[in-house]
Amino acid sequence: MEIKTDEYNVAYNSDTATAICKGSFLLSSAEEYAPILQILNTAAEQQPKQLTLDVKELEFLNSSGINMFTKFVISVRKKTTLQLVTIGYEGIPWQVRLLKNLQRLLPTLKLKLE
Amino acid sequence: MIQIFGHFIEEFQDDNEYLKICFSPRSVSLKQRWRTNGLSADFIADYLQAFFTGKPKNINEPNAPIPAHSKNAVKYVANELLENAMKFSDDTLGFATKIAFHLYDDKLVFHVTNSIKPEIIKDFQNFINELLQEEPNELYFRRMETNALDDNNHRSGLGVLSMICDYSAQVAWKFETLETSPPITLVTTMVCLEV
Repeated sequence: MEIKTDEYNVAYNSDTATAICKGSFLLSSAEEYAPILQILNTAAEQQPKQLTLDVKELEFLNSSGINMFTKFVISVRKKTTLQLVTIGYEGIPWQVRLLKNLQRLLPTLKLKLE
Repeated sequence: MIQIFGHFIEEFQDDNEYLKICFSPRSVSLKQRWRTNGLSADFIADYLQAFFTGKPKNINEPNAPIPAHSKNAVKYVANELLENAMKFSDDTLGFATKIAFHLYDDKLVFHVTNSIKPEIIKDFQNFINELLQEEPNELYFRRMETNALDDNNHRSGLGVLSMICDYSAQVAWKFETLETSPPITLVTTMVCLEV
């Protein structure tokens, strides 16, 4: 599953159960983020034991994008057998803040800062 | 009539570094204007980066807010302000949306002024009052939970809450109703990032 535009790329690799987000997320509304959320939700529905969300190459995220990630994480709360892991860069403060906020919503979330 | 919400710092024409951009209301479609928000925010952040002289904050604290002087902080605030202005302005009135920022030794101050559709003023002011009365972090996470359950919530306030909670911004608003017939209301959103 993949979405590729001039501004961003979202791809899910089912072999490694990893969703990678790259580029800039500057979409205007929940409706515009729906296809990206759909990739993440579909990945979770495949019921891997561990699902990794890698945002370290995400350069920018607006508040509608924060909304999209929080919706996804809150939906994962119901999937008690799924371990969600998130990866970001320690040197990018907004990524650290985002992932810690997501961890507050889902305390079982594992956070890896590279 | 003027109504102020929060600690509003007025925009002064002074000797400090400042930049102003106006967006003509009807020159391009909303979709095209949306694309320019990111470009405009990038330009503002690049421009400010060259002049920033503030002191770095300690980013090693686990819950430290994002350093204001980072290019991302400026781009984030500028983009959110422009997004909100584009979303909620009344295109029929012909008022240009204006964004201005002033750079001081200890702070960056943004002002975005746009017209506002009359039917959304009450809800907007109710949200501002809620924001000013409640603990922002609690409100932030409560809004995330509410948004996750309600796909029809198009005005979540997450942009403003993220500026306050993630970037330690101070946000205030000025509503000015002009004596026209019918009355037209302009709203100026002020964001102050201390550095």
